[in-house]
Amino acid sequence: MSQGIVDCDIHPNMASDAELLPFMPRRWADHLRDFGPLNHQGLAFALQHPRFNPGVARADSWPPNGGPPGSDLDFMRAHHLDAHNIDHGILMSLRPAGCDERNLDYAAAVCAAANDWQHARFVAPEPRLHGGIMIPQEDPDAAVAEIERCVRKGGFVQVNFTPRAGEPPGRRRYRRILECAAHHGLPVGFHVSGVPGHPSTGAGHLTYYLQEHHSNMPGMQAVVASLVLDGALAALPALKVVLIEGGFTWAPALCWRMDQAWQRMRGEVPLLTRPPSDYVREQVWYTTQPIEEPDRAEDLAEISGWIGWDRIMFSTDYPHWDFDDPRYAFRCPLTAAQRERVFSANARALYRLP
Amino acid sequence: MPTAPRGAIDCDVHIPPPPTAALLPYLEPYWREQFSVRGLVGADFTLTTSASRTPLACRPDWRPAKGEDPLALLRRHVLDPMGTAIAIGHCLHGAVALHTEDMAAALCRAVNDWVAAEWLSRDERLRASILVPTQNVALAVAEVERCAADRRFVQVLVLSMLDHPLGRRHWWPLYAAAARHGLPLGIHAGGLNRHATTPTGWPSTHLEDHVVGAQAFDAQLASLLTEGVFSEHPDLRVVLLESGFTWLSTFLWRMNKIWRGLRAEVPWVTRMPAHILRQHVRVTLQPVDAPPRPEMLAATLRQIDCEDMLLFSTDYPHWQYDGDAVLPEGLPDALLPKLLRDNALATYPRLAETAP
Amino acid sequence: MSRHVVARVSEVPPEGALRVVVKGRPVALFNLGGEYFALHDRCPHEGASLCGGRRVGMAVAERPGTYRLDRQGEMVRCPWHGWDFDIRTGQGWCDPANTRVRRYVVSVEAGAGLAGQALNAEIFPVSVEDDYLVIEM
Repeated sequence: MSQGIVDCDIHPNMASDAELLPFMPRRWADHLRDFGPLNHQGLAFALQHPRFNPGVARADSWPPNGGPPGSDLDFMRAHHLDAHNIDHGILMSLRPAGCDERNLDYAAAVCAAANDWQHARFVAPEPRLHGGIMIPQEDPDAAVAEIERCVRKGGFVQVNFTPRAGEPPGRRRYRRILECAAHHGLPVGFHVSGVPGHPSTGAGHLTYYLQEHHSNMPGMQAVVASLVLDGALAALPALKVVLIEGGFTWAPALCWRMDQAWQRMRGEVPLLTRPPSDYVREQVWYTTQPIEEPDRAEDLAEISGWIGWDRIMFSTDYPHWDFDDPRYAFRCPLTAAQRERVFSANARALYRLP
Repeated sequence: MPTAPRGAIDCDVHIPPPPTAALLPYLEPYWREQFSVRGLVGADFTLTTSASRTPLACRPDWRPAKGEDPLALLRRHVLDPMGTAIAIGHCLHGAVALHTEDMAAALCRAVNDWVAAEWLSRDERLRASILVPTQNVALAVAEVERCAADRRFVQVLVLSMLDHPLGRRHWWPLYAAAARHGLPLGIHAGGLNRHATTPTGWPSTHLEDHVVGAQAFDAQLASLLTEGVFSEHPDLRVVLLESGFTWLSTFLWRMNKIWRGLRAEVPWVTRMPAHILRQHVRVTLQPVDAPPRPEMLAATLRQIDCEDMLLFSTDYPHWQYDGDAVLPEGLPDALLPKLLRDNALATYPRLAETAP
Repeated sequence: MSRHVVARVSEVPPEGALRVVVKGRPVALFNLGGEYFALHDRCPHEGASLCGGRRVGMAVAERPGTYRLDRQGEMVRCPWHGWDFDIRTGQGWCDPANTRVRRYVVSVEAGAGLAGQALNAEIFPVSVEDDYLVIEM
């Protein structure tokens, strides 16, 4: 490879939500202190599928100077960016989860504060790291305003949209957000997140974290189905979508199913003038982690070819436990050109990185 | 292009749910009076998820003229021209979606008796699944016990999207009854719409509903596996009806991978998930959701490693294929004996008792 | 095959681990209730150091919904993806036929007894007062 790696999924973290206070107006700092978040689940602070590792993190990613994994920029530099020759990292901030907040004004305030925190603590001091704009997607006016504000601020290369919003992302109520992102040339990244109140599967609520973790993958398929079949991709040809932490080898089979059903039922979706797979091929990118590990490694390369080597982008998910190491993520042999694209060139082109 | 098979076992044909009036003779007196005095004789219990009006619901050249006998149509369109040896029929009656569970159980009894009398007794090639009131497991078990003596019932039928995932211990008495009587659990596409059908909420169109329906099967397999259904009920076989199958490769790989990392959460799962699922799970052929090129289908089948898993089906009268192209291009010839017959006989013990 | 003095016994704390490098190869030394074991310190999956993994028992179920913890502390869980390995054998819990890390024979020897032997004491000089871990590689 002629250049270093681009890692499309790195998680910055904070020791506590109190780190946001300096970035919030007094009114919302008071709200955070006096009321706190209001979500869609039975537990106020803990997840209802308890995770399997402290901090959901690699056991070796806890900074020696304290704080949770991902919270110490110096340690992140040494442990990850330098160690893995990472030229660029796309940040994916997950907390606080403004996307889940029921009080829409507070949701907007939390997202704005989290974006400013992300910028001040990671983007400004480390030129290799690039921000993602957290948005209160249930209030599209506020979400658009936040995107505009962050574009003016600079340092952000993506709009983060939760795959588990109140409704599927292709629904009309969210269209303005997607349109705004496309207008500014920002890809919309869907990273696993969100507790919207409905079950994580069509089969109902799940019992084990193992299932919940797995459900991220079919969840990404539901995102694609909505963006395509609700006509969001067709209506916004400039929109570029990145699916983050959902794997990718499922994409061809989903496209075949969509195309097959569309042939029969296209009368219901007249906005789609071409087979669904066409829109996916042109407007959807995938990050690799947690990468599929077929028994026969060559199956991975075969399916990657069906998807298109220009649409697959390496990611580590650092510092989370299901991290992929760039040295071992692909067990199948890649050609030099494929490696260059997946580990570097595709993301540089999409995010317009040097 | 493979030719249409002869003498196959067709594991998924549809018995259209009858008008409620046709069920009255099969209802017990209390329920017959209830239906009459409550004005329910004309009620239409079509499931929303059966999408009965969409183009998928019936192939254009198979649409019945008014008053035509559905069994005669099934014979004319599928059984006779294909020389079908056995066809397993499913009557997806909306009884299962009622909140009123005793009424649901009464309707299920009537539907099963109607199926036996009006379909199974009129064509000896036909077998059927037992419709069970999934609202209440005890009632569902009772219905299995009631119908099991009729050896023409070969499977227990449930929908793919109920209140709770099918692996939950809540359901296990049903699986014990099914296994005891040599009945696989057939999970058919469809649901109750009691909650959003995708992790991200309610889809906007019939088309999207159909597409994401495959992921409910993904969740059911993950549930059955992780909850330990196959270690508790080692003889149970599960048949996915109209799930599509080309998504299975990724599913099996991901289950293996996540199990390696989280095995200790489900210590009763002691073998690679893909091995367990390949042993216990069967999938019907249609809809194929085939890739654009035949060699990609062959590659997909190799990736799934599913030669023992696939069961031939037409999904009659749903519009899944045209002409006699029920077998997609790209199926290896070597797979055909298993696909068309052997896998079904290995899956449904009751078929072997009478298989011609 | 040669013998290598790799650590003072006291350097591997009770129920702890120590990473050493022998002939350029990383080795994880484990203390299991005063018994010592040595595994190649590289997860066969993506190469993480097993020394940094948590010590866990072997979760066992007679049937779904029952839980028993056998052999407490005798497994090491890879710090990345949670693959469990038997410290005594190097065998992976999942798919043991295909998943294992190399095990090295390790012995505890008194410094006094080691004096004068042909050894590769590349970590540090041996003194007669201490006990040492010696592995064969």
